[in-house]
This record gives sequence, C-alpha cells and structure tokens, in this order.
Amino acid sequence: MSAFDEWSDNFATHLYEKYKNTKGALLPILHEIQDCLGCIPHAAVLHICDSLNLSKAEVDGVISFYHDFRRENDGRFEIKVCRAEACQAAGSEELVSYIQNRLSQAETQGTFRIEPVYCLGNCALSPSLMMDGKLHGRVSPERFDRLLTLQRTESA
Amino acid sequence: MKPVKVYIPQDSAALSVGADEVALSVQERAESLNIPLQIVRNGSRGMLWLEPLLEVESKDGRIAFGPVSVEDIDALFEKKFWESREHPLCLGLTEEIPFFKKQERLTFARCGVTDPLNIEEYQKYDGFLGLKNALKMTPQAVCLEVRESGLRGRGGAGFPTGIKWQTVLEAESDEKYICCNADEGDSGTFADRMIMEGDPFSLIEGMVIAGYGVGAQEGLIYLRSEYPYAINILEKAIQIATDNNWLGDNIQGSGFSFSLEVRKGAGAYICGEETSMLESLEGKRGLVRSKPPIPALSGFMGKPTVVNNVLSLTTVPIILAKGASYYESFGIGRSRGTQPFQLGGNVKQGGLIEKAFGLTLRDLIYDYGGGTRTGRNVRTVQVGGPLGAYLGEDQFDLALGYEEMSAGGGMLGHGGVVVFDDTVNMAQQARFAFEFCAVESCGKCTPCRIGAQRGLETMDKVIAGEDVSENLNLLDDLCELMKDGSLCAMGGLTPLPVESAIRNFPNDFNSDNDSRK
Repeated sequence: MSAFDEWSDNFATHLYEKYKNTKGALLPILHEIQDCLGCIPHAAVLHICDSLNLSKAEVDGVISFYHDFRRENDGRFEIKVCRAEACQAAGSEELVSYIQNRLSQAETQGTFRIEPVYCLGNCALSPSLMMDGKLHGRVSPERFDRLLTLQRTESA
Repeated sequence: MKPVKVYIPQDSAALSVGADEVALSVQERAESLNIPLQIVRNGSRGMLWLEPLLEVESKDGRIAFGPVSVEDIDALFEKKFWESREHPLCLGLTEEIPFFKKQERLTFARCGVTDPLNIEEYQKYDGFLGLKNALKMTPQAVCLEVRESGLRGRGGAGFPTGIKWQTVLEAESDEKYICCNADEGDSGTFADRMIMEGDPFSLIEGMVIAGYGVGAQEGLIYLRSEYPYAINILEKAIQIATDNNWLGDNIQGSGFSFSLEVRKGAGAYICGEETSMLESLEGKRGLVRSKPPIPALSGFMGKPTVVNNVLSLTTVPIILAKGASYYESFGIGRSRGTQPFQLGGNVKQGGLIEKAFGLTLRDLIYDYGGGTRTGRNVRTVQVGGPLGAYLGEDQFDLALGYEEMSAGGGMLGHGGVVVFDDTVNMAQQARFAFEFCAVESCGKCTPCRIGAQRGLETMDKVIAGEDVSENLNLLDDLCELMKDGSLCAMGGLTPLPVESAIRNFPNDFNSDNDSRK
C-alpha cells in the first residue's frame, strides 16, 4: 500500500504512473484510494474521470455498485458479521442481535459500525466475523466481548 | 541437535480460532526452555473442528494435537509434546484420523502437508511435474489430456474443462487470457480459499498449463476482498514463482511466457458469475452479459478467454502429472475424478473432504461430520451454496455427482454442504433466499431484480399467515418466471432453495401449524 493519507496531486500522479498500463484499472485504483483514505473522496473521482477518460456517471456507478466502496469515511470502526446460511445454522442471527445491543450501549455508541457480509469462507467454524481485517470463528457473545475489549484497548 | 519440526497452520480458518497466538506461544516457550523446535506454518489439513491443529514430526509420521489453545501450552510442554503422546489433546498420527484417512486427496494432496510458500518443498511433493510434462507436449495434446480426464468445471456449472480449452485454442486472436474465478461467494464453501492459502503454487501451475494449452500469455485471478489472507499468500507465491522462472518470460527455457496478476473483488456476490466477473475485471459495474458470445470467444477485453474455477485449475497439474486415465478412474457416471466437499454450518466435525464422486450425503453428514454440533437431529442440508436446494432426510442417500444430484431435485454446485438442526424454520430460509437475491442481484434483468423483491414481500405475507395458499400459488408462478426469464443463474436458481424448502418441508409454510420442535 502507498503511504498517502490524504488526497493530493502526488497521490494522483502516483496512481497514474502505477496503473497507466493496467487493463481495467478502475477497481485496483479505487481499492488503493480507499485502503489509504478510508473512502473515495469527490476530488479523487474527478481525477479518475480525467485519467481513465470516463464520465463521472461511470465512476460513480462503479463505486455505488460494489458493497466495499464508500464515498465518506464516518470514522467508525467496521465489524463485518457473516449473515449467510452456514453461520445462520450456527446461531449468527442471535449473535447479531447481541452485537447490535452491545454496540448501542453508551461506551461503544457511535464508534463501531456493523456491516453484513455474505460468507467469509469460514463455514466449518461458524459464526464468523471480521474485525480490522482479522477473521474470527466460533464467535460466542463472550468471545465477542473479549474481542471488543481488545480492539478498544488497541485503538485507544 | 536437529530441531524437531512443529507444524501450526496459517490457514485463515485456523487463524480465526487463534493459530497465530498458539504459534507465538510455542515459539516463546521453546526459546525460554531452550528446546530446539522449528515452527513451520503450513496450510490446513481440513479437519477444521480440530483447529488450531498442531503437528509434530516423528519417525512414524506427523503426530497431531488439537484443538490447541494458548491455555494448553504449559501442559503440552510439561508433557514434552515433541517426543511424547501423553497429553490428552494428542490425536495420534494425523493421517490415521478417520476423517482424513478415508479421503482421496488428489487436488489437495499437498494442502496442509507443506509450507505453502516453500517452492523447493512444492517440487519435492511432485509440484511442477504436470507443467514439465505439458511443456513437452503440443498445446493440442494438453487440451486433449484435460478433456479425456473428464474434468468438469468445479465452480458448479460442471462444463467440461477440456472442451472449453479447445474452443479457446481454436479461436484465432493475437491476445488470449486465462481468468481464474476465485470469487468464492457461496455460503458453505471454502475449498478455493483453503487451497489458495495452503498450496498456492498449484493454482499458478494450473494457470500456466492452461495458458500453454490454449495459447494465452496473461492470467488474472479475480479474488474476493473477503479473503485478505489468500490475496496476501498468492501475491507472495506469484513473486516467488516469477523469481524462480516458473512465471514470466521463457519459462524454464521452454520458449513459453506467461504472467499472472491478482485482482481484488469488491464485495459483490454476482461477480462470481463469469460474465459479471469479466465486466468487473474490465473496471465496470458487475452487470451480467448476455450469452452468446461465450467468454471462450469473447471474454476479457473482448478476447478469447478461459474462465475456470480455482479447483478446476488446481486439479489440472495432477492430471498432467499422472495422466488423464489416472484421474478419470475415480468417480461415477459422468462425474469423473474427485470433488473437494466442504462440510459446514451446524456440524460437529466440519471441514474439507476430498473424495471421489459417488459417496452420499449421509456419508458426509454422519460418517465424516458426526451429526450436528448442537447434538440435535439433522433436519436439512443445503447443498451447493445459497442457490442450492434444501434437502431432507429422505434424500440423504443421493449419490454426490452432477447428474445424480440434479435427478434428485438438487444441485452439486461447488460442493458445499451446510447442515441445519431441527430448530431451523424453513419459511425463514426461503425468505432469506429471496432477500439474498434482492441484495446481490446485479439488476440487469427484471425477473431477478423485481422478482426477488416481490418474492421477499410474498414470503413475509406467508410467514404472517396472510392468505397462505393464495400467496404460495403466487410464489409458484413467480418462481417459474424467474427460472425461465432470468439472464443468469442468480435469478434462475433462487427458486431452487425456495421451492425445495416448500416441497420438502410443507408444514413450515402453514402458519397455523408451526412444525418446529
């Protein structure tokens, strides 16, 4: 990943140089921007339109089509919880209710965002969730509490 | 004194239950006690309920301990686990564990055995043998060998791989591509992930063989963003293979050149559909394309393209190494070779089972799986992902093969089997099938885009007990329309879980009579 933490001309030049020979470069470019900035800002969209010779509608259309891409970074920490069948069979809906309830409590309110995902590929060790890019299996309410405490200490 | 090798997987399923912490703890303890242990981070053996599975090399083979947690490390060291089998977590020889012993590992032969990024070890275990053979053959002979092996697309559609390759070989173009579909989005499936993390060179080898066979010089692996560990390992493996001239220009002096790149998906389930994946690779919204033209003639950037699933491609090396007839000798009917089945959900012993086609669901659920994790009765299994049928007890004796499953009203798909106990409400599962389709539809065709939404609303009425029989008739009609009118399998197969749930578990759809126990 490149070391940019805000949108700048340098970042734009870096992206242009890195991807100028890539066929179908839009997704890799969007990923790199979001990995660095946490979202895809408006200024970046305008730059992409210029460098890839696309209309704004085309770029916006791609960003809105894929669940991964965000236009704004609300600063909340993302927890991806699997809602697909294998996890359902192992009690994921109960876990989701527990997590929602837990995250609405005063000390965590507004700091976490729970995102549904459909399968994390850990179906023999369900229910699963992903926090900070790290996969966790067989998540019980107790284990979730431990993970949450750990995460809060780490990010504090 | 030569250090004793201790294996602790770096597979993401193992990591999800603490393999890194266990490895770190073993390392620290060994260093502080001055015991010469060498920790190897292997792939997973696929006995996922035993993860983290720690193995110790011995003169008789590897000895397994599992599931190991950090809290067990003290006791393991007290019992000198590297030379004794006394600790209660000891399971004896890994390869004698019944779940593993009964399998036929062809595609997954190295997975869990080797260090995934050790290219010398890959070769020691027959790696690149298939490619070496292929490079001595004509491209036509390579396609023929794959065709004669009977290999069919492991992504779920089951189209003969060799015929697809032949079409691309015969297509005239200055540019051709190999696109690996690693967008394993079906719930209940994880075999692609496991082999990419546990034996990435086998995918690279399979793709180079495909490139040589059809005359393509570039390959792309479309890998879902939900698999960050797999992306990381594959990118490293590609670098190592390039450094060792198994990728790049003039591979091993053969005159054939091939390059490979990983492309990260962005969370859209539909991009596992091959034409949607191609759109996504081209940097567009993942809208499904109408066929024809088929991707073999007009695929990535409008050029002839082989689109194959990870498991199809990782199976190619062994076919070229041992010959088509060896591979073809496994299986039943028109389902030749082996299938890596994935057993998940509410199951006691979940994991990966590679076995010749022909075993039954009952074998998988009970002999391998040991029934449910909750200890309750198995009520249903969903086979083949979210677009697969829900089958009941009376269908558990169906043989697992493409045609055999279709004849029984099901679908083998990518070989995922999700187990549910008797607390499951099938009306909710049918509702979920529509909900999932509504969320993940690409929106291009009306039957899928609107049909899923209407199906969801109608299921809500059924669940609320509103005009049940009338609404079920409506659903019947809607399902017919979605099957006949949808552009791809997303809308076309969503009726499969819905209709099978209604057919096999009618009591759950009668609100007056909740059959749940």
